[in-house]
Amino acid sequence: MPRTGVFICHCGSNIAGTVDIDQALEASRNFPGVVHADEYRYLCSEVGQDIIKKAIEENNLDRVVVGTCSPRMHENTFRKAAAEAGLNPYLLEVANIREHCSWVHKDMEVGTPKAIALLRAAAAKAALNDPLEAPELDVEKRALVIGGGIAGIQAALDIAEAGYIVDLVEKDPSIGGRMAQLEKTFPTLDCSACILTPKMVEAAQHPNINLMTYCEIDEVKGFVGQFDVTIKQKARYVDPVKCTGCGICWEKCPSKAPSEFEMGMTKRKSIYVPFPQAVPMIPVIDRERCLYFKKGRCQICEKECPPQAIDYEQQDEYIERRYGAIVVATGYDQLDPSVYGEYGYGQHPDILTGLEFERLFNASGPTGGKVVRLSDGKPPKKVVFIQCVGSRDKARGMNYCSKICCMFTAKQAILLKEKVPEAKSYVFYIDVRTAGKGYEEFQRRAAEEYDVAYMRGQVGKIFPEDDYLVVRGVDSLSGRNIEIKADMVVLAAASIARHDAPDLGRLIGINSDSYHFFNEAHPKLKPVETHTAGIFIAGACQAPKDIPDSVAQASAAAVKAVGLLSKEKLLGEACTAEVDQSQCSGCLNCEAICPYTAITPVELEERYKDGTLQRTVAEVNPALCQGCGSCTVTCRSGSINLKGFSNEQILAEVDAICLQR
Amino acid sequence: MSAALNDNTAGWEPLIVSFCCNWCSYAGGDLAGTSRMTYPANVKVIRVPCSGRINPMFVLRAFQRGADGVLVAGCHPGDCHYTSGNYQSRRRLSAFKRLVEFAGFEPERFEVRWISSSEGDKFAEEMTEMTEKIKALGPNGKMRDARWQSVI
Repeated sequence: MPRTGVFICHCGSNIAGTVDIDQALEASRNFPGVVHADEYRYLCSEVGQDIIKKAIEENNLDRVVVGTCSPRMHENTFRKAAAEAGLNPYLLEVANIREHCSWVHKDMEVGTPKAIALLRAAAAKAALNDPLEAPELDVEKRALVIGGGIAGIQAALDIAEAGYIVDLVEKDPSIGGRMAQLEKTFPTLDCSACILTPKMVEAAQHPNINLMTYCEIDEVKGFVGQFDVTIKQKARYVDPVKCTGCGICWEKCPSKAPSEFEMGMTKRKSIYVPFPQAVPMIPVIDRERCLYFKKGRCQICEKECPPQAIDYEQQDEYIERRYGAIVVATGYDQLDPSVYGEYGYGQHPDILTGLEFERLFNASGPTGGKVVRLSDGKPPKKVVFIQCVGSRDKARGMNYCSKICCMFTAKQAILLKEKVPEAKSYVFYIDVRTAGKGYEEFQRRAAEEYDVAYMRGQVGKIFPEDDYLVVRGVDSLSGRNIEIKADMVVLAAASIARHDAPDLGRLIGINSDSYHFFNEAHPKLKPVETHTAGIFIAGACQAPKDIPDSVAQASAAAVKAVGLLSKEKLLGEACTAEVDQSQCSGCLNCEAICPYTAITPVELEERYKDGTLQRTVAEVNPALCQGCGSCTVTCRSGSINLKGFSNEQILAEVDAICLQR
Repeated sequence: MSAALNDNTAGWEPLIVSFCCNWCSYAGGDLAGTSRMTYPANVKVIRVPCSGRINPMFVLRAFQRGADGVLVAGCHPGDCHYTSGNYQSRRRLSAFKRLVEFAGFEPERFEVRWISSSEGDKFAEEMTEMTEKIKALGPNGKMRDARWQSVI
């Protein structure tokens, strides 16, 4: 028989107001195994904890039940107190008589019996509690940052500055991400490349940052402190050590392909760097387009390369590394607006998305920095901007607001006026949303000083006529139909989760919202943590976000990662599954169901009659097991149990609760 | 523990056992408390790590011991703290519910709900609704093992 002590907290009047403490104490004394019961006004206080500790020592208690607030609140506080009195902390149980009782019921006549039932259940469970040890886990002092956009770069720099080695993995040949595609940034009109490039270079040169471009995550195993990650280094066909980035190869290369960086608006060579400021300045060969790989001849790059860095024999490599923490900063995609047939995107070269239009301003962009129509090369006189293309659209697009479009549209309208002073901009909007420091002022400047006409309403149809695009819409404030003969149309296409986000999420084991943006662990209080310990998120992979927010979140994620890496040891999960191998039939249903690959088959050799018998049984790796307990239910022979939440313990709780019947 | 055992007499109050996963639904219950929402005290919550931990045996035991309703609550599909536990429980428990019905027991006495940690209001609503429903159904007369009370 256990020697259980029950301690009931008044929590001021929070509990005592709805639960008759004396009655609950009296009832507790009659629970099986209870040898001591006491109460205190605030059990979580130091005095309260001392009462528990003293009682454990004086009464030789081997189980403790506290009737207090939620275990999610103070379970650790009381476990620590019990441990200080020499008791294994897992021998303590919490009865949640505040959040689940006194706060949700109004009368003592109702609250008291329920509190007693909850205390009885906790005591019944506690009687079956076993002492448990949380495994101590090592922490690999190395971080992985996935995604080399501004968020990933910032996170990597911050972690590196704190003194830890970081691998910054980018799937493209260069870091830089979306920000590298931008001409200017709102609301200060800083040149995007001028503020980004130094950061890219800093990341490349930092002694603690190991830049891994043209790499993809292939596999993630393990757990917080010890993630085993396989990274695929895609073959560049260029030796990165020999290459000097002189550029002769891509100058001489005779074959071309649509440039991904310019979203197909212009061509690049088959051996290329995505943009002139690329970091690292090491080209890759596009195997699909290269004449040598396609037809077996050409090899001009190889012949021309001064340091002889071209290597057609290069293969994809798989690199296996262990990391203590992972930051995911994989960014976003732009919605393809061709689903909106009325806007005619894809059917006319002068109907562009916001990001495509942005490239026209850039000196290294498809038009060399001249804002002209792609159809005839003339500067546009009238440009219509359409907001919320795919955002705030329940029926055909995304429910959410993409957050950045109002601002980048105002920016582009201002830039347009500066480049083409006679141009006039029209903006069709649902609402103009400009929350952010200096944002409202910026948008007002566009409307007031740059003569941008804002019209609240939607566009119903766009079609080409003669030399221009006819835009038909409604101004819902005046109620008038509007027809604009525009030279160009710019669609503020929604920011959406990257097309490969669901796959990546599955690969690394973090979950996503219904739009496939990665989920934070708590929308308010854990904005960069995920539900998987040791994996953090930053930037637009979590939700549409502008640059300052992405950078702030990246630094936050870096701090979290550094906090983790600075620990010598982590405490693992004590409540893990356990196999009774004498009962196990080796069906391995549990292996198939375990989300952590914590269960593996092992061979047992047993004496059988005169000889021995080989038998396959399941085994749980307690360092990998996170204690969900799903395996226990799938087990046919009932030979897996979960420590801390065993079948017997849960059934004891059921029995205790039903005792009122 | 009285006349209420045997029939639907006045003063009978149903007993509802609710298994809640630690990460979403139990936290949702905590939020209901923090927000001072109210729901009937007929509901008693048992905390489990994950809805995937819930063995149909636990539910059957509750009914045998006289519970009038059992409500399992877990994270919304896609939100499981353990990635896939609620998918496991969804399959298992929907099959189990059909089995209970097949065996001649009122399937309405057993429900599964998805309640997130931010849905304190939903927690309170579901608990209230379940209690009302079971009140209308009356006591669990079919599966309750009357011998149990005399044994202990």
